[in-house]
This record gives sequence, C-alpha cells and structure tokens, in this order.
Amino acid sequence: MIAFIVRRLLGAVGLLLVVSAVTFAIFFLVPKAAGVSSDDLAARFAGKSPTPAALAEIKERFGLDDPVPVQYGRFVKALVAGDTYDTGTQEIDCPAPCLGYSFRTSQSVLDQVVDRVPVTLSIALGAAVLWLLAGVSIGVLSALRRGTIFDRAAMGIALAGVSLPIFFTGLLSLAFIVYKWELLPAVNYVPLTENPAKWFSGLILPWVTLAFLYAALYARLTRAGMLETLNEDYIRTARAKGLSERTVITKHALRATLTPILTIFGLDLGLLLGGAILTERTFSLKGLGQLALDGVNQSDLPVVIGVTLTAALFIVVANLLVDILYGVVDPRVRHS
Amino acid sequence: MKRPKVLATAAAGAVLLSLGLSACGGGDDGDGGDGNGATAKFDAGTTGIVNASEKKGGVLKMGMSDDFDSTDPGNTYYAFGNNFIRLYSRTLMTYTSKPGADSTKSSPDLAQAPGVPSDGNRTWTYKLKPGLKYEDGTPIKAADIKYAVARTYDRGVLGKGPAYFATLLNAGDYKGPYKDKNLDNFKGVETPDDSTVIFKLKDPFAEFNELVTFSGQTAPVPQAKDTGSRYALHPLSSGPYKWEGDYQPKKGGVLVRNTNWDPATDPNRKQLPDRIEIAAGLEGNEVDNRLLAGTLHVDLPGSGVQAAARQKLLTDPKLKANADNPLAGFHWYIPINVKNIPNVECRKAIVYATDRDALYRAYGGEVGGELATSIQPPNVAGRQKGTDFYTQAQVGYKGDVAKAKEALAACGQPNGFATTMVFRSDREKEKAVAEAMEQALARVGIKLTLKGYPSGTYTGEQFGSPAFVKKDKIGLGTYGWAPDWPTGYGYLQPISDGKAIVSSGNSNPSEFNDTQVNKLWNDVVKLQDPAERDKVYNQIDERMREQAAYIPNVYAKSLLYRPTTLTNVYYHAGFGMYDYANLGVTG
Repeated sequence: MIAFIVRRLLGAVGLLLVVSAVTFAIFFLVPKAAGVSSDDLAARFAGKSPTPAALAEIKERFGLDDPVPVQYGRFVKALVAGDTYDTGTQEIDCPAPCLGYSFRTSQSVLDQVVDRVPVTLSIALGAAVLWLLAGVSIGVLSALRRGTIFDRAAMGIALAGVSLPIFFTGLLSLAFIVYKWELLPAVNYVPLTENPAKWFSGLILPWVTLAFLYAALYARLTRAGMLETLNEDYIRTARAKGLSERTVITKHALRATLTPILTIFGLDLGLLLGGAILTERTFSLKGLGQLALDGVNQSDLPVVIGVTLTAALFIVVANLLVDILYGVVDPRVRHS
Repeated sequence: MKRPKVLATAAAGAVLLSLGLSACGGGDDGDGGDGNGATAKFDAGTTGIVNASEKKGGVLKMGMSDDFDSTDPGNTYYAFGNNFIRLYSRTLMTYTSKPGADSTKSSPDLAQAPGVPSDGNRTWTYKLKPGLKYEDGTPIKAADIKYAVARTYDRGVLGKGPAYFATLLNAGDYKGPYKDKNLDNFKGVETPDDSTVIFKLKDPFAEFNELVTFSGQTAPVPQAKDTGSRYALHPLSSGPYKWEGDYQPKKGGVLVRNTNWDPATDPNRKQLPDRIEIAAGLEGNEVDNRLLAGTLHVDLPGSGVQAAARQKLLTDPKLKANADNPLAGFHWYIPINVKNIPNVECRKAIVYATDRDALYRAYGGEVGGELATSIQPPNVAGRQKGTDFYTQAQVGYKGDVAKAKEALAACGQPNGFATTMVFRSDREKEKAVAEAMEQALARVGIKLTLKGYPSGTYTGEQFGSPAFVKKDKIGLGTYGWAPDWPTGYGYLQPISDGKAIVSSGNSNPSEFNDTQVNKLWNDVVKLQDPAERDKVYNQIDERMREQAAYIPNVYAKSLLYRPTTLTNVYYHAGFGMYDYANLGVTG
C-alpha cells in the first residue's frame, strides 16, 4: 500500500507540472494568437492612457517581453528553490514552494491560497457530509420503494436539484430565507477556531444550497445502482440463505453500490476543494474559487496558476483517498 | 476619471427581497447640521444633505463587488478611490465637502491656500498649515509631499495612478526614488523649508490647482515609511481614520479613528463613525440586497444599483424616497474613428441617421440619463449646451434619413458603405445601443457589423488599441468618459488632443488628431483667466461635433440608494457619488 501511495504521489508531481505548463501556455499563447501584444498585457497593469515609456517600465518589471519558456522556467525554479521579489523599496523573500508573487495585490500567492483554503474547505466538507447523507439515503429508500409516491416525489425533486443552477437557488434562498423571512442569519464566514457557532450558522445556507444540487445527483445514482444490484444473483442467494433484509441491503447491496458513488465523490470533492466558484461568488465567500475568479478577471497569472495547481493537488489527493477507501468498501480490491 | 469595470460574473438573474423599509423621517436630528439639511425624499440627496447629524459612534459598513484599483493614494485613479482615500489621506488641495455645484470647487487641505502661480504658470507654490501630523504623531513635512510626487515617476511600481506630474514637471529623465534614492536629484519639486512646496513645470499650465485637487498623489509619504508596491496594504494616515492592520485586497479591511488628526485643520472631513468596515468582492446583487436591508451602508463604486434593485426602487414609493438620481458625470457618447472613416461627409451621414430616441431608451430613458448636446457633460464648469450638429437632442427624434442620404452622396457612397461597430458584450445597454445603431444606419444603406468584447479588455486592447481598430476596420463603438477634474481640460483633453493618442489603453478611440484643436490645446494652458479657457474648451467641443467625430448620446444618471441609518448623505458632484468623508450612522 505504501509503494502504491508513493507511486501516486510521484505521478501527482508530474501531473502538476503539466497543469502549470498548460496554464502558462493558455495565459500567454491564446491572447497572442488573438493579436494581444506585450504592450496590451502591460496596459492591463497601467493606468489610463499609458505612455510608451510607462509600458516599457512595466514590461521590464514583469518580464513580459521574455519568451514564455523563460518565464515558465522562472516559475518552476521559484517553486523548487524559492525566489525574491522587489517591491521598489525592499526585497521580499518567497521561500519554496513559492507559487509566485501577485503584483496586483502585492502579496505572496501562497499566503493568499493558505488564507482562502479554510473557507473553501468549510464549504466543501460541510456540503459533502449533507449531500452524501441525504443523497445516498434518499437513493436507497427510493430504490426500495420503487414506483411509490415517495420514489416519484424524491426523483422529481432530484431532477429539479440537478437542473437548477447554484446561482439561481443561491440567490433565491438568500432573497427569501435570509432577507425576507429572516429564517437564517446572513451568510458569513467566521473561522471555526474563532467561533464554532457562528461558523456553523454562517455557512448553513451555502451547505444546503450546494448539497441540494449534489444530493439530487447522488440520489439518482444510488437509486440506479441499488436497483441494478438488487437484481444480482448474489443478493438472491443472500436472501435464500436467510439473511435479514437489513443485512442484505446494508452489507451486500449498498456496499456494492457505493463503489461507483465513491469514485464520483472523490472527483466532486476534489473539484469543490479547488474552489466552489459559483457558490463562493453567489454567497460572497472569499474562498479559492473567488480568488481564481479575481485572478482571471485581473489577468493575475501568478494567482491563476497558484489556484490551478492547488485545485489539481486537491483532486489528486481526493482521488488517492478514494482509491484507498475502495479497499475498505470493496473486499475484492483489498484481496487483489 | 476612471470607473471600475463591471465584473463579469457567471451569475445571472436575481430575485430581490421585498423589504418594507419605511421612508426616513429625515431632517436634522437636532444636534448639528449646517443648515443645508433636506428631508428624505426622492432625489433629496442630489442637492441637499439628508439626515444631517453630528452624532458620533457606530460602525459604517462599505462594500463593493470588485475592489479598489489601489488603496495607495499615489496609485489610484478611480473616482471612488479618490473619494475613499480622503478618509485616511490628506492632500495639498481637495474638493469642497458641500452638496450641489459647490462640491466641484477646490479647497485647501494640507495647504493653507491654493497654489500661487508665478513665472507664467510654470511655478506653483504651496504653504502647509502648521501642526499637521501623521497617525504616529510625527509631523508632516514638505519633503514628504515631494517624495510622494517623486514615487509616481516609477510607473513599473506605481503604474495605475495618473501620470500628470511625470508629464508636466521639469524633472529631466528622473526615474523615481526606487531607482535613484537621492531625492535631491528630483528637480520637479523644491522644498526650501518644512512647510513650502514648490512645483516646477516644463511649460505653463493654468489648471495646476485643479490637478492637485483631483489627484491623491500629493498625500504625503515619509521616505522611511514607504514600502513600495506594498505601501497600498497600509498607507500611513494623515486623515481622520487609520488602517487597523493591513488592507486585504479582494477581501477588505477596517479603518479606526486616528487620534492624531486635528479637526481644526480640516474643514472638509468629519470623524463620525467609530469604525469603518470595508468588504470587497461581494456578489453584485448581494450588495444591493444588503443596502436595502440596511446591513450595508455604502456601495463604494457609487455607480448605482443593478437592474433588479433599480426596478424595485422605482416601483416602491417607500424605497424610492431613499434614492437619488443625479447626473453621474459620465457622457456615454459614440466615437467615430476618423482614420477608418476619413471622409467627414460619411461621418455626417452616420450622425444624421442616428436614432437618438432609441439610444436614449437603451440607456433607461429619463432615469438612465439626459440627452446630450455637447461632448462635455453638464457638471463641467463653464460648459455650454452647444449647437446640435447633424442631430437633435430630443426625445422622439429618430434621425434625418434624407439628410443622411445627401451626406452619403457627398461622400461618394450614395448606396452606403459597410463598417464595424464594437461594444462591451457584458453591458446590456451598450449591446442595445449597438443594435439600435445597426437598425438606424441600415435605413440609409450603411451596414454595421456588430462585435462585442469583454469590459475588462475593451478600452485597453480592442477599442483602446489603434492597431486593433485598424486591423478590424472598426468605424465606431460605444464609449463613456467622465472628467479627471470638472473643467473642459479635465474632460476633453484626453479624448481629443492628438498627443493623447497612445498604442494601448487609448482614451481617444476616434483618433481625432485635428490641427486646429491641437493648437488650441497647446495655447489654452497658458491662459490665466478661467472664463477665457472655458471659451476655448467650448470651441474644441464644437469642433469635435462639427467634424462628426463623436455622436453625442446620453449624460449618464445613476440611481443611488441611501439606507435610512446613514447620516450626512449628499451627492458630491466632484466625485460623482456620495461624499464618503462625512458620512455617519445612527445606532
């Protein structure tokens, strides 16, 4: 198992390098293909009607005229060995793993990422607990009560959940639940370590809204998986052996159903940990997704790459955990 | 002056709350006010102070969907940034803190009096008030203002703020204090003693006091306290508030009282709230939700509420009583590129055929703006209404097809021609304007191809790039402009002077480079009498329209909301939004 984990982690390093190279290429080569010059890129950092001299100074400071491979080399070197950045009056140290320095915000990218991770982590993990519990439970019950009013109602709601985008359900719930009926306090992130009660109450709405979307998907997946599994020969055998229905459902049917659910869960959770962009934007929460959005809107390459790499890392780690969990859920994996 | 770009979000549509906020009882609460108080009713804040009060205490909450361009007074250009920095930065001159037209006038701030010109407007001298201090209690010295101006020369470190000082001052090839730490080598400003600041200009410039008023770049910075590009995170305060910790870009920060600020030296600011909390990066509709719920007091960019809240405000009389609908200082005009359409008769045909009524409605009709006559908007001092050339600023005016066809014949294109019109694709109003132009010009055979681009790159890389305009054969596009300072120079020079045409971020997308106008720009800055200068500005305005290089469209109006818990609220025409330096809160 340890060799497996080490192999996966080494693979992850290669993957992250590829991701960073692709992000770099998209950031520089796509605009160039669309006719954007280095003057135009420099103008993004300048004020109104910049003079050629001002553009030249900006290009020199940010190295915008350097070939893309040179700029990428500098990035990788900083990642491995650290770097220093000139603020004009002093040199700022950026120790490895240095994700770069944002000239837009005058802050280290790693500091910004570290600052935003707890927000995204809180949103994603809270919502994940809700959607797993609700989605899998509803899916199992729907499968066991196939064709009943419960099943039809649950699947109808699930269809709505999958169909309605988060910015619609989010804004709707904010308008009514928070502002009109005042059933919940305004959405706000307070660190868990600072005030657990406020952390919980401030995130209920994003959790529920996000879980509504995902639970719907998981309920439909679980129902389909359960229905398929319940028709398997080994389930009939288990029942013929006289096992209780509860044991048949939980130990045999549900366990087999959970394997594909876990696979998707790993991807979903990894993606969300990389930034729940729409949720964070809708509820004005300052997580990684919002940081990524700001980075893209402001052409802040170091931030874009930093968040992209963090997101990729989360996906890799989440999938690694899922692979390890396979062994727990499915005995066939453990024994092979 | 720049305004923030509208942040493109994936979110669309919103359902807004139906809060029954009662109209504020308004008026003076009996414990202060300057006698210019107004009862809270629709548009009362445009001309008077609503909820005038001297009551101290409470937390003022400000928010925005995007962020400041910079919190460094030397590196901000946005109007709302210059308004906001007055809370913690004082400059040599500032705008007068009064409602109505008075707010566009200059008032001494750190200086005892307006700058005194000599040497034919090439030298401007300011004397500092005595007893001025920073937040740490150290005295403010003339050398700190010299250093503040010097640092704006390094466009690599501070590239976002105005570049007027670097253009106007006689400082040779000085590169700024980050490359040359010896301040004696900066000859553009002299400080013979601790309280005298003398600016030395290359050429005469009559509006230097106006420039010093508009820009935050004379806010003093002690050289020893400068942290370069990181200074924005915690500028040293000279104003009524100081930063508690660092400002976190895209997140926000907190301002608290500066106990070393002396109100006796500052007639333009109050220090009413105990704390001011700033939240950046809020969802746009959430900003409006919080404003209407009273949990946010100020939408910092000051450009008005979004479409959903706008409808709510205008249809609910109680909410409408707490709204203002002033002219925002912007003119949404349509530049016609004179290089791609060089024949003036062809340009005239476009102006003749323009359906002004449709454009007016595209911007929201009466609440959205006023039909423009001149290029300069009404808040510019000395601006004349102007004569309508080839168009009529009237509701219901659909253009003159016959005259347009005559002009087309005169330009040798009797059957019309084809060109491209660009607009900001994430701005519904601009899209509607482009579609209205397409329909109107099609009546005379002028075929427009419409192309939309994102706001974030439009003024820098598409319509603001002469090379791109040439390559894509762009004939016209949507555009908006507000003055750097409210005179004809502050408004017209960047958009009509041939010298102002630059390769990226070009503010003159018409590429109007008229010999007659260029000469007027060279001469006008030598005139001492403001009235004489105004005459020249109006001449330039006429020439721009007479040459059919600009289609006057709509003077923008914004719909601002003031929560009932906000005190001392009034529209400040100098900034084009509420004055932030004097606000208070109840409760």
